[in-house]
Amino acid sequence: MRWVGRSLLSVVPVVVGVVLCVFFLLRIVPGDPAAMILGERATTASIEALRHRLGLDLPLAQQLSDWLVGVFTRGDVGTSLVTSQPVLGLVGSRAGLTALLVLLSVVFTVLIVVPLALLAATHKDGVLDHLVRIVPTVGMAMPAFWVGLILILLFGVQLRWLPVGGVGTGPGEPLRSLVLPALTVALGMAPPLVRALREQLVEVLDADFVVTLRAARLPSWRVQAHVLRNAAVPTVSLLGLNIAYLIGGTLVVEKVFALNGLGALLFSSISSRDFPVVQGIALVLALAVVGVSLLTDGLVALLDPRVRTA
Amino acid sequence: MSTTTAAVRPSVRWLRRARRTPALVAGTAILVVVGVVAVLAPVIAPYDPASQDLGNGLAPPSAAHWFGTDQLGRDILSRVMAAAATDLRIAVLAALVPLVVGVTIGLVSGYVGGWGDWLIGRVVDTFVAFPFYVLVITVVFAAGAGERGIYLAYALVGWITYARVIRARTRTLCREGWVQAARGGGLSHGRVLFGHLLPNVAPLAVVLLMTEILLIMVAVVTLGYLGLGVQPPTPDWGTMISDGQLFLTTRWWVPTLPGLAVVLTGVGLSLTGDGLADVWRLR
Repeated sequence: MRWVGRSLLSVVPVVVGVVLCVFFLLRIVPGDPAAMILGERATTASIEALRHRLGLDLPLAQQLSDWLVGVFTRGDVGTSLVTSQPVLGLVGSRAGLTALLVLLSVVFTVLIVVPLALLAATHKDGVLDHLVRIVPTVGMAMPAFWVGLILILLFGVQLRWLPVGGVGTGPGEPLRSLVLPALTVALGMAPPLVRALREQLVEVLDADFVVTLRAARLPSWRVQAHVLRNAAVPTVSLLGLNIAYLIGGTLVVEKVFALNGLGALLFSSISSRDFPVVQGIALVLALAVVGVSLLTDGLVALLDPRVRTA
Repeated sequence: MSTTTAAVRPSVRWLRRARRTPALVAGTAILVVVGVVAVLAPVIAPYDPASQDLGNGLAPPSAAHWFGTDQLGRDILSRVMAAAATDLRIAVLAALVPLVVGVTIGLVSGYVGGWGDWLIGRVVDTFVAFPFYVLVITVVFAAGAGERGIYLAYALVGWITYARVIRARTRTLCREGWVQAARGGGLSHGRVLFGHLLPNVAPLAVVLLMTEILLIMVAVVTLGYLGLGVQPPTPDWGTMISDGQLFLTTRWWVPTLPGLAVVLTGVGLSLTGDGLADVWRLR
């Protein structure tokens, strides 16, 4: 229990750091939101009036403290400068799709990583092993959006198995629309994980307890289950470390497949200088990253009792 | 046998080991080819990458145009070659500042320890939790789309990886006796840091540099695809792919071939990094 409290406490500075970074970064971006909202024919006076109404003429420190007070006392993340909708609602309406995409990507990642790593480790230094070890080298060099296009070409255009963009309606359609995007993200995530898990598996396969299990005539799939549990810890931690990268990659992949998730909202909000929305997205993403790394920490503790007592 | 190897200079021994590392040989071979093509692009490219031939747009690959032509009738092969020069130059230049800053911060914070080290640790944690593209995209907006934004974004965030890895390595090295011995022998902090610790972490930094150049290249191409990177008419793999995406269903080679150029270059960088790690026995 103390372990859980300590982990929760350690994320506070991280979230605060991310939020401060975004706040100040957005303020140094040239381009005045008031001028953007009013359009090209606005007068200086009307721009000034709108700046005043939106609170953009206040000192930076006061804008920051107002925003923080709003967040912590009322759970109010702000209102969009462009559409006047509450940020939380805007972000919430888009976050579901992105969250589903991330979840599906993680599932695909595991489905790709575990069999490949097992195959390579059990055939150490064989042809299969060498093949699997080449995969990460090529995988790391492929830009995610390009992989997305190739998958569209292969499964959408040539084979016509899956939809190529947008989110379909009807039973099961939304999920079907997310298969190719999730596969794209998973292919980007898998390479370093395959490498890490293979190395761990090779090490664990040599351990004494594996020899004992084999000598006890345990079926080989059960031996592999024990080996996987022991080898999984560093890979799960690595997955947690890469989660920010994963979420960032999702934003770009959303663009390739014309998905209306957080990524689309982020790109449009940055280009219209809609500060509160970008801030809200950054806050939600930071919380998500931190939440997932806490989850992976928990998973590591579950897999490895030594972590709990340390 | 042992007497002859003992007499051989370390650099020669290093080269011998390097020659027997297939990953390094293959990686450097690819990089040399890509590099030569990039540098000589203006001389060896079959066409001017900017010259349009609107009557011959989206032509399939042929003897005259090996990679076909794009929507404006420009030769895709010539553009892929010219883009190699653009994208590699940006990736290499953008990797330099983070390398120097990151290695210095990692070395000093790992060596000094204490509250400065604690602070660096927290900063690194924050950046790790930060969705990277959100940051880069924001910075690129701040500095304006194009090369300048990319350099600034990487100067701001690129040092993190080096700082994290070099700091951990330095801390391990500091626990080894010879660092204390060097200090006890009267060497100054500066001399221990840059005369003795730096050469020890340098191979690790070079291996990281290869991965970073690869990641920056992919990011530059991605930003180009999003319309935030290299601006037209300068040829860039990312904008070529995003322009070609419109014709994916009927002219698949238009977006596919520039992407293959990215993959080939990336494989070269990644094999070189892996090979160097093997030769220096970093794994």
